Amino acid sequence: MGHDHHHHDHDDHSHLSDIELRVRALESILVEKGYVDPAAIDALVETYEVKVGPRNGAKVVAKAWADPAYREWLLSDATAAIASLGFVGRQGEHMVAVENTPEEHNMVVCTLCSCYPWPVLGLPPVWYKSAPYRSRAVLDPRGVLAEFGVTLPETTRIRVWDSTAEVRYLVIPMRPEGTEGMDEEALADLVTRDSMIGTGLALRPEALR
Amino acid sequence: MNGAQDLGGMMGFGPIAIEQDEPWFHAEWERRAFGLTLAMGATGSWNLDMSRHARETLPPPEYLTSSYYEIWVKGVEKLVVKAGLVTPEELKLGKALAAPAPVKRVLRAEDVPAVLARGGPTERRIEQPARFAVGDHVLTRNIHPAGHTRLPRYARGRRGVVERVHGAHVFPDTNAQSQGENPQWLYTISFSGRELWGEEADPTLVVSIDAWESYLEPA
Repeated sequence: MGHDHHHHDHDDHSHLSDIELRVRALESILVEKGYVDPAAIDALVETYEVKVGPRNGAKVVAKAWADPAYREWLLSDATAAIASLGFVGRQGEHMVAVENTPEEHNMVVCTLCSCYPWPVLGLPPVWYKSAPYRSRAVLDPRGVLAEFGVTLPETTRIRVWDSTAEVRYLVIPMRPEGTEGMDEEALADLVTRDSMIGTGLALRPEALR
Repeated sequence: MNGAQDLGGMMGFGPIAIEQDEPWFHAEWERRAFGLTLAMGATGSWNLDMSRHARETLPPPEYLTSSYYEIWVKGVEKLVVKAGLVTPEELKLGKALAAPAPVKRVLRAEDVPAVLARGGPTERRIEQPARFAVGDHVLTRNIHPAGHTRLPRYARGRRGVVERVHGAHVFPDTNAQSQGENPQWLYTISFSGRELWGEEADPTLVVSIDAWESYLEPA
């Protein structure tokens, strides 16, 4: 930790931690100087806490499972195919979708920071941004998958995508067996966040019963 | 730079802490830190590559012992000082002392949806044709720039294959240093696990990075 930012010019903030005080101080300076509108902070937080999340990606995947033409489009131009469902913008400007098969399993990481497709998955979970995942996903992906409870056949190739540029990757998990005849809405319920990162598999329908 | 952010291939960080039903934020200060970072980014006082570089220039012991949003807060503090928007004295005291410096724009709540929807596309048109095509064999350069780069250490000096061509994108290495966007062709380069990690590696493993053209040589 660097210099501390204790200050006692307002109420009694002695119950606040160093980082809480530090963020509070930073915000008050930036607002006082007119650089930041606190209502904009509220709107940004609300967007990613309420409006955007992995249900968006689940709709994309379910549509790809149910609609072969959409699947083709998603694989050839993911940015446009995803935008057609209304999911666009920051941290999803350049999308690529990659499809899991019995022969190949895809997994996404950002070893250098935390690149993640926000419009379809929302903000990344802490583990995705943390050193244990970022360090080992490229070196020992099967070991990483085991920690998520995923064991793949030894013959299944592992394909890891390190997001080092502004391209963002969405994994299309394999459609589970026993889902014939399910509509897109029901299929979407089977698509977990982790299955779209590649650290999980889509749920089987019996898991929801 | 060879900083603590370049984690690929390191060992010893322990198991992955998977949290069931994880909340989007774990504390109110994380919400504010997230919103502040995006709102300050929207002032146009720096670009995405500069903000990444501000975070990765934290000394490695500090980077590795800070939580994710702590890293963001420390990054914004560095950026506002460097941009001349806030003084170190103000940060220390936690209050504004000097008059504000001009910023290009201030993000208003009503503009948030449009600004997020627009995002920050990095693809640009360039005249120069792509040097490589899908299927070409390439060697990544063995470079150790002191500034920002997106070529991770584990993938330097390695032989790979061009798997995708993404168009020309803003070059982070110069964009982070106020030296311009200098867009270059961007490629997905795939490497066998054995090329990266040696004979003991999983024989089925293929790892890719997205690499700008100047990171690559023909092989």
